[in-house]
Amino acid sequence: MSTNPKPKLAVWKFASCDGCQLSLLDCEDELLAVADAVDIANFPEASSAVVEGPYEISLVEGSITTPHDAERIQQIRKESGLLVTIGACATAGGIQALRNFKKIDDFLSIVYARPDYISTLDKSTPISEHVYVDFELRGCPINKMELLEVLNATLHDRKPNIKSHSVCVECKLRGTPCLMVSKGIPCLGPVTHAGCGALCPAYNRGCYGCFGPQESANTPALSKRFQDSLGVTQPDLVRAYRNFNAYAGAFRKEAEKHETKA
Amino acid sequence: MMDKKSERRTIKVNYMARVEGEGGLDIKIDDNRVSDVKLHIFEPPRFYEAFLRGRRFGEAPDITARICGICPVAYQMSSSHAMEDALGVKVGGPLRELRRLVYCGEWIESHTLHVYMLHAPDFLGYPDAIALAKDHPEVVKKALELKKIGNQIVTVLGGREIHPINLKVGGFYRAPTKKDLRELAENLKRALDIARETVHFTSGLPFPDFDQDYEYVALRHPDEYPFCEGRLVSNKGLDIDISQFSDFIEEHHVEHSTSLHARMKGRGDYHVGPLARYNLNFDRLSPESQALANEVGLGPVCLNPFKSIIVRAVEIFWAVEEALRIIENYEEPDQSCIEMTAAAGTGHGCSEAPRGILYHRYKIDDEGLIRDAVIVPPTSQNQGMIESDLRKFVQQYIDLPNDELQLKCEQAVRNYDPCISCSCHFLRLRIDRDGVQYDSRPEGST
Repeated sequence: MSTNPKPKLAVWKFASCDGCQLSLLDCEDELLAVADAVDIANFPEASSAVVEGPYEISLVEGSITTPHDAERIQQIRKESGLLVTIGACATAGGIQALRNFKKIDDFLSIVYARPDYISTLDKSTPISEHVYVDFELRGCPINKMELLEVLNATLHDRKPNIKSHSVCVECKLRGTPCLMVSKGIPCLGPVTHAGCGALCPAYNRGCYGCFGPQESANTPALSKRFQDSLGVTQPDLVRAYRNFNAYAGAFRKEAEKHETKA
Repeated sequence: MMDKKSERRTIKVNYMARVEGEGGLDIKIDDNRVSDVKLHIFEPPRFYEAFLRGRRFGEAPDITARICGICPVAYQMSSSHAMEDALGVKVGGPLRELRRLVYCGEWIESHTLHVYMLHAPDFLGYPDAIALAKDHPEVVKKALELKKIGNQIVTVLGGREIHPINLKVGGFYRAPTKKDLRELAENLKRALDIARETVHFTSGLPFPDFDQDYEYVALRHPDEYPFCEGRLVSNKGLDIDISQFSDFIEEHHVEHSTSLHARMKGRGDYHVGPLARYNLNFDRLSPESQALANEVGLGPVCLNPFKSIIVRAVEIFWAVEEALRIIENYEEPDQSCIEMTAAAGTGHGCSEAPRGILYHRYKIDDEGLIRDAVIVPPTSQNQGMIESDLRKFVQQYIDLPNDELQLKCEQAVRNYDPCISCSCHFLRLRIDRDGVQYDSRPEGST
């Protein structure tokens, strides 16, 4: 290691389940090496010691859902060198973005007896709608090896080597026979961003889109296939796109298209 | 920070560390008497119960897993059991055993995370496990090894450790082969030694005297230490079927929390989690686990919430043993899951998440769409208990200066391993002592 002072790492949380930041603690074989390479300066889930910013690297988990959080992310951006969003909430609004398609007041009264105690925005939005994001790591949850790759690349001043092809390609690499072709199981693999290693098909299950749409996803072609050959109904098609990445471009548009027709 | 001349002091923890989620604490002290304690939960609400409406019954395990990245298996288990209850299906045989095995994995990884990385630093005066590792590298390395084995079980059975993809209503997408489980067994045998050391390590920590007369609530099964089945019982006479949950337990919405507070009707606060499970089910632990607990002086009943760290360690040891037993007897099932057709109904599911009982209730229509969902996570049930502990605890240590008192209060909160993401999700302590404010993390800080 160089003799330069270690870069300071901060981990921030917004609306989320904590799973993506837990991925860092789940790096059981690498955690102590990471702690040697960076100064874990602000990571409340793991430590009560806080070193003041600015921080060379900020990992941001969760989506923006409250007026206070919309202000907080601005402050974090100012204190951060590299800002990396981790996971579907921070990158696409998360499962809680399902509220974006409904009236928030209805949601509030279903869950809370006293909606007046609750401060919330009517939409759950990704971090990039609020501040400039240097890198987005996808997944619900992220793949911890991809997180280590981003940290490693940053420390060595190179671009992270994160695959941008579809889950389909990962199945081919893994040698998993295509579930749609061989078993007629609907699968979002052709339009979903790689990163999980094509887990679901290897377990006999169609991809359900945890990593969100890949760039240039041909969702209309997949929807046609789902409906024409696999017998997927329109409401089920809408539900398939409206999951953890419901508010991400291609999935959002495709669901809206079929919802209006329904 | 403390002004001895004034008569009222305030301690505030604005953002509490080493808990899962976003919460804070406000304590008011007037004339050396605790006048108010509030556990603030400002985890932004995510409205799961609302957006579950209109989703397919089979989607509940994947969607509710996202409530908590620390204990997704608990959500998948409670929701699956509730759906199976609604559809009149019972999952038995090897599939039931596999579910217990994956739950063992979650207990091992979640408890180990809490024992070594979140709670032990309090007892030993470190800010975190990484600082602890500088002085005691072998302790932290073994802890990571133990945690990894828990995660391995979840990964082998579930596909990945966080938000597993292989668990579903009715069973699994793909059942593991005997060979898949064999490698786990090798690692688990090593884990058994580390788990035993963990029980000894935790029992040697310094504990304050703080025995409490709680109403403990946990599942109780006729033969087993509980995971997903049994009646809901307490040490004060509760003995109900889980379908009666809402007849006995009600949820309140208080202004200082985005998480609802659960209380026993007509009785008040109650305690869920490892202490409750242990005190109500000691006789269901394996003889080896019981012997180990006795060996370190824990005995069959533990009333001090600070000693929950030892109870967690005993539960880790038991979960490792149980995992080994399941693997040894495992026979591959003919089918990886029981297929179910949609029908209208209402179903209840309750399972023992690492932090305590997690209750789900769903109403589904004849198309299999969810019409209504109720989810009561362990941390909402413990919120009242945490506040009541702090009221007594602060009174007991009222003469301490604010900064020391703050550390003790945080430790007392961590006794519950609160998962605020679950309860909806953060901690920040504020103490108001005779009108003088103490704030561990002032407003405006990020």
